[in-house]
Amino acid sequence: MPVADVPVLIMLVGIAAYVVLGGADFGSSFWSLTARGKLGGEIREHTHRSMAPVWEANHVWLIFVLVVCWTAYPEVFGSIFSTLWIPLIIACLGIIMRAVSYVVGGVADERGVVILSAISSFITPFALGTVVGAIVSGRVPVGNAQGDLVSSWLNPTSIMIGVMAVTVCAYVAAVYLAGDAKRNGSEEIAEAFRRRGLGAGLVAGAVAAIGIAVMHNDAREIYDGLTSGAGLVAVLASAVAGLATIAFLWMRRYELARFCAAGAVIAVVAGWGIAQSPDILPGLTVSDAAAADNVIIGLLVCIAVGMLILIPSLLLLYGLVLGGRFDPGSDRNTVVETRVGPMTELGGPRPRSVVAVLGVAGVGALMSIAFSSGAPLYIGIAMVLAALAIGCVMLAVTLVTAEESD
Amino acid sequence: MLASVSSAFPAVDQDYLLEARQMQALSFAVHIPLVCFGVAFPAMVIFTEWLGYRTGKAHYTAIAKRWSKVMITLFAAGVVTGTLLSFELGILWPGFMSAFGEVFGLAFGLEGFSFFIEAIFIAIYVYGWDRLSPKRHLLAGIPVMVAGFTGSWMVIAVNAWMNAPSGFDVVNGDVVNVQPWSALFGNGHLWPQLIHMYLAAYIVVGFSIAGVYAFAWLKGRRGPYFRTAMVIPLAIACLAAPTQLLIGDWSARNVAEDQPIKLAAFEGLYKTTEGAPETILGWYEPDGSIKYGIEIPKLLSLLAYHDPNATVQGLDTVPEEDRPPINVVRIAFQTMVGIGTMLVALAAWFLFVFYRKKRIPETKWFYRAVIAAGPAAVVALIAGWVTTEVGRQPWVVYGVMRTEEAVTGAEGIIFGYTALVLVYLVLAGSTFWVLRRIARTPFTPEIAALEEGPGTAGAKGPESGGKAGHDAGS
Ligand code: HDD
Ligand code: HEM
Ligand code: HEM
Repeated sequence: MPVADVPVLIMLVGIAAYVVLGGADFGSSFWSLTARGKLGGEIREHTHRSMAPVWEANHVWLIFVLVVCWTAYPEVFGSIFSTLWIPLIIACLGIIMRAVSYVVGGVADERGVVILSAISSFITPFALGTVVGAIVSGRVPVGNAQGDLVSSWLNPTSIMIGVMAVTVCAYVAAVYLAGDAKRNGSEEIAEAFRRRGLGAGLVAGAVAAIGIAVMHNDAREIYDGLTSGAGLVAVLASAVAGLATIAFLWMRRYELARFCAAGAVIAVVAGWGIAQSPDILPGLTVSDAAAADNVIIGLLVCIAVGMLILIPSLLLLYGLVLGGRFDPGSDRNTVVETRVGPMTELGGPRPRSVVAVLGVAGVGALMSIAFSSGAPLYIGIAMVLAALAIGCVMLAVTLVTAEESD
Repeated sequence: MLASVSSAFPAVDQDYLLEARQMQALSFAVHIPLVCFGVAFPAMVIFTEWLGYRTGKAHYTAIAKRWSKVMITLFAAGVVTGTLLSFELGILWPGFMSAFGEVFGLAFGLEGFSFFIEAIFIAIYVYGWDRLSPKRHLLAGIPVMVAGFTGSWMVIAVNAWMNAPSGFDVVNGDVVNVQPWSALFGNGHLWPQLIHMYLAAYIVVGFSIAGVYAFAWLKGRRGPYFRTAMVIPLAIACLAAPTQLLIGDWSARNVAEDQPIKLAAFEGLYKTTEGAPETILGWYEPDGSIKYGIEIPKLLSLLAYHDPNATVQGLDTVPEEDRPPINVVRIAFQTMVGIGTMLVALAAWFLFVFYRKKRIPETKWFYRAVIAAGPAAVVALIAGWVTTEVGRQPWVVYGVMRTEEAVTGAEGIIFGYTALVLVYLVLAGSTFWVLRRIARTPFTPEIAALEEGPGTAGAKGPESGGKAGHDAGS
């Protein structure tokens, strides 16, 4: 495979991760809105608690996709964002409202907040879905805002994909929350989400079936790609995974259901990639759009190194969350040592050290003033900054301990 | 095929340029003060937590706990405003992104990973209180601090490159021979800009947080909890402020070297002058003079080149359409330097009193000044960015691409702008409200008892809150 094609694969993986992880986030606020009655408060609390530690990390997948796009295929990024600015800004406003509802939801159970987050849970996936629809149906020409500002994203294919995105979010959220509630021992809530998940799953399946029909008329090229060859395999794989996830949900095997849901999403996204290749936008192939090879290789190196750090960190976070370590009451089960290292009275620094730090800072400052380039300048700055860091600790400790003698 | 500077995205109707600029500027002005708290606050929180473990005193730990809640609240606001910024790069400046995305994109790639790490560990840190052992909890804080630094490093690398572009050639309007690594990291503007921004974050956070407790001090809440929570950020801000002067001077020398017209705009210097004077205050007139200014002979040459007789290039060396808007840049620059100098004076006052009398100042005026210092630092921060960004005009990539070649050709941006303003107001309002709620959480009995000492009228009362929230709305 030419190196120019690799980033597109990475973007597809990023999109799938965003749909499954970020999508669960949007979907969960949909369920918060519909939760009423005696279970309602509990459902909302459960939803907030299981999403709060992970929602920020989940959203970074979106940034990740954008960044890969503008580095590897800058012209594609410019074309998409200028033509589709309206749905994109709507999506963004939705994301901001989502943050507002998290922030406020952390301290209060306000109806207004629930409504705000539910609005965002509709408009963000819908708007991003219409963006995908616009690209899929070839409505984004290459160039600065060359497409129609309205019909590029308000058309049958876009609307259909938008609706599908909303239902898929609701579905993945229900599966996630059901699993989380079961682990937590809240059988009643788990059951409530299981029922919701089954309903949403059936709706998502129906929307997908209608979608194929819509594309037959509205986006013939992608329809042909999805109904023949490798594209067809991907669609069938997605259908099988979709049925399997509903079956696992039925059997209360929530972990397996999650994996299958992710699989169904990945298969659809892969099918999209296959059906659309080799074009990325009308008349522009992936390899034509790609940046120079050395840039792409640099990007891939960055991503590889980044993933080496990211994946263990993500596993750690999910391990803690799914392991129940952040659940209410879990703090009582943890043996907590109360101190680190020897506990001694803190004293202020000795005068000699203060003079030394001041000396380093002074010499460094003089060096950085006297030299306007080269090593002496940088060494001088480094001395000043080192003295600053040590000085801050010394001064803070002195000030804090001076309090006891006040 | 390579994106081209001139052909693929021809210049468009320019009506949108002003709107696009204002939208960009507004979003930055909201994002930057917020991210200061992601950059500089973690170190203060971790330090205070460590103090608590080290001495076993409960109020240190209580401060760190409460601060970490403020931190994650502002982080959430920083995350979404940052997301919006990356959307805006494409929505508003497609020409810029199409032509140069491949040159600077790598830095944003690395920045993305920093955000991942920061988001992951900030969650572990905040939700892990009392659930992880103290050692692990402290360790979880370290990546937050590091990622805050690498995140700003990467984004500043991009900005430094826009100011001093290199690492590519333009041949027949095409960007070719792209060398992303040297473009981003072999850039002389990177280090002064990065260090200046990093210190600015500590100054902003230090004075803002100290200001909240200075307000409490004036209200008579002066127990160990409030006192500690004030002196730790104050100590850091008071040492960072004088250092900032030195780094700012380094930044100015860099500008003098690579962007002489920007420097001339800082100073409103029309004619190339040997031994140029520095003019303080006043207003730049279209004829090139400065009205009502105070002139100090030879100071500009001394500051910019460290030589009182150096020649400073004037605005008249380039045609008018290549000059930035002088008064905006000049006033922004003088605001920053003025505030910076006053912050240094405040720091000197504090350090002098502490050195001579071994106690913190007692006069109310000191605490009033600390309260004012937080918002003032935010103003300096934004003024500094206006200096840099507007001073770069009319170029988006200095000397290579004009801003009007970068802007979107789409209609109706003004509606997006309006919607954005409304949503920002909601964001600011709710962040402020949440910060107040956090500040009003009652103390644990242990801390409350500690605060019952003499001179702590109303110790159980709410911690005066919300001051830190002014950043969200700025
Ligand atoms: C708390 C904030 C703060 C304070 C007190 C100062 N600055 Fe600043 N300054 C910034 C915050 C800032 C900034 C917002 O962070 C900027 C914008 C771009 C950058 O790298 O830093 C900046 C930019 C900036 C630039 C332009 C760099 C460029 O265009 O590349 C110069 C020349 C200075 N500063 C100089 C100074 C001097 C001489 C100060 C001494 C009093 C000073 N600054 C105080
Ligand atoms: C000097 C300028 C900037 C600095 C220092 C800075 C720093 C940061 C930091 C530290 C964060 C982490 C969130 C937080 O702590 O609140 C953040 C978030 C973010 N910033 Fe900026 N940023 C700057 C400008 C920009 C620009 C120009 C962009 C856009 C292209 C941008 C895009 C983002 C994004 C997308 C996030 C969210 C990351 C996430 O989801 O976790 N930032 N920024
Ligand atoms: C660090 C990365 C940054 C990047 C990549 C960046 C990028 C841009 C771009 C593409 C534009 C539009 C073109 C132009 O007017 O030149 C712009 C304008 C602007 N930016 Fe930045 N910027 C950065 C940091 C900042 C920050 C931190 C601020 C702080 C407040 C800021 C303030 C502005 C302002 C005020 C304008 C409008 C200029 C005008 O009115 O002409 N920028 N920036």
